[in-house]
Amino acid sequence: MRELTYLAAIREALIEEMTSDEAVILLGQDIRANLYGTAGFLDLFAEERIRDLPTSETACVGAAVGAAMTGLRPVVDMGSASFSFVALDQFISEVSKIHYMSAGRMRVPVTYRIPLMYNGGVGVQHSDRPYPMFMQMPGLKLVCPTTPSDAKAMLKAAIRDDDPVIVFEDTYNWSSRGAVDDPPAAAPIGTAAIAREGDDVTVVGIGRTVAFALAAAAELADSGVSAEVIDLRSLSPIDWDTIFGSVSKTGRLVVADAAVGICSAASEIAATVAEHRFEALRAPVRRVTSLPVHSPYTPGLEREIYPDAGKIKAAVLSVAKQAWHGH
Amino acid sequence: MTGMQPATDDTRSIVSMWRQMLRIRRFDEAASRLLRSGRMPGVLHLTTGQEAVVAGSSAAMGPDDLLIGTHRNHGYPVARGGDLGPLMAEVLGKSTGVCEGRGGEMHLIDPSVGAFFSSAILGSGLPVAVGTALTSQLQRSGRVTLATFGDGASNEGAVHESMNLAAIWKLPIVFLCENNGYAVTVAASYAVSVRDIADRAVAYGMPGTVVDGSDPVAVREAVRAARDRAGAGNGPSLVEAKTYRTVDHAENLPSQPYRPQEEVDSWRERDPITCFRGRLLQEGHATESELDQIEKEVSEEVAAAVTFASDSPFPEPAALWEHMYVDESLNRPAAALSWP
Repeated sequence: MRELTYLAAIREALIEEMTSDEAVILLGQDIRANLYGTAGFLDLFAEERIRDLPTSETACVGAAVGAAMTGLRPVVDMGSASFSFVALDQFISEVSKIHYMSAGRMRVPVTYRIPLMYNGGVGVQHSDRPYPMFMQMPGLKLVCPTTPSDAKAMLKAAIRDDDPVIVFEDTYNWSSRGAVDDPPAAAPIGTAAIAREGDDVTVVGIGRTVAFALAAAAELADSGVSAEVIDLRSLSPIDWDTIFGSVSKTGRLVVADAAVGICSAASEIAATVAEHRFEALRAPVRRVTSLPVHSPYTPGLEREIYPDAGKIKAAVLSVAKQAWHGH
Repeated sequence: MTGMQPATDDTRSIVSMWRQMLRIRRFDEAASRLLRSGRMPGVLHLTTGQEAVVAGSSAAMGPDDLLIGTHRNHGYPVARGGDLGPLMAEVLGKSTGVCEGRGGEMHLIDPSVGAFFSSAILGSGLPVAVGTALTSQLQRSGRVTLATFGDGASNEGAVHESMNLAAIWKLPIVFLCENNGYAVTVAASYAVSVRDIADRAVAYGMPGTVVDGSDPVAVREAVRAARDRAGAGNGPSLVEAKTYRTVDHAENLPSQPYRPQEEVDSWRERDPITCFRGRLLQEGHATESELDQIEKEVSEEVAAAVTFASDSPFPEPAALWEHMYVDESLNRPAAALSWP
């Protein structure tokens, strides 16, 4: 059984895709010096296919679009989620809209990797979790794999996808290790995964909150509450069938999402489940999300903002049958 | 009055540029009539007064080159020889339009003749153009990209980033600034920190040239030189064409007066189409009757385009979701979210 770190799995995905398809190129700031700490990657490919970008996010995001429209398959490393704001016009006005406004004459088979770094003292302007903003923009596919196997499978799927795909990578998961088959187990864009089966409460997690939910579920089992943990892993499209199927079984839903709670992925899931599976619910949907407070540099304050295993456990207990007098 | 020139390639090319200028003008006039008579939605961004820039640069670029334009892009698909019917249908929002009515007049393109893409957010198309040039470089295709932008967009960060990136990678791209003196109502003389936008080229280590945007031959020569430089692997250039739009920024978009009427009138008196027509006769490139014949053909062509567009159907409501994604399964409301 082969174990890899999340980053090593990404490296493998990139090497495989660049080897099998000349059209795949890598763009991003600092990528030539920071290819996941591994030697030899650069030597495998012509220098012109792995290009450092100057500090020009707008030009970088847009150039990847133009290249994708004319036959290449660029993979762009955005460095940090907060830097994507600089290029937001390109993401919205170009990446998401070109296929539609050209009535399909232009395709944009581009992939952007957007790392989510937070709770690490990187400061107010570097700790954003903006994926809900991108969910609001039709025309994009968005994924957030949490395991090394899914990271490899979904990045490969993203590169091969003829639609634009953004791969959000919670950096908490970068050092995690996990089994990665060759080829990795299928993780199609648009599918969620059951990370832990259970009967009493459904917990949907995104990014590192999946790990927190699993930790909470282990403790909850000791309290007699069986939590089913869903790794959402695809933000657009969302796998409603898996979520609805689980809620139909448990009747109770907690969504753990480290984005700011207002208009978050958790909000969308809560509203949709309440709208379409109301009859299955035995308790309100609870969201465990980040407070609408900026991320201060000082760790004691910063950690208060985000979901953690304790908050998830408390939310699960608050909707469990025990809290609703057997309802 | 000199004698007739022999019908050289250049004569044909020069007369052809005049035809293209006329096609652009008549197309825009027809579209404007349709707008004023309530037969098309929204607003129109006309090329009126700027046709020489479009015709000259279109003629300078090669048949396989990629032209990436702006919100004011009617001229490029027309001048490259695009079929006027689907272009007019696009302006009217019909299903027979180049982009099935989805792009509309602000994104008017025709990839079949190299009018590859246009972006209506000022400056936003330039990064994309850098990308098409990147592909050309990696594929060694020889295709050069022409990226146009105006005096307003010249102040956008995206334009600055694009020029720098194209320069450091020596990409096969020509940056063409269509300086018509105004960004909607804000004068370039106020908003731009230099008199000649071409002067900014030195900041990117690329050649910058100013050209008379009323002279299509001059524009063609300047853009061709830049194109040849790019095609030879010597990197990007900036060409700034001084021109003027004798119409407002957009039809149907009223504003307070922002420029002196005498200024508009003096440019109208020097209409590039009229002036170039006179020059064709004077230099012996064509006779009066040949040019009259071209006028007649263009009028008929535009009339036929209006008829085609007017008679074409609008897209069906069911077509709303088409082309959102390449992945057809997503081009409809999510099945899981339908109400019983």
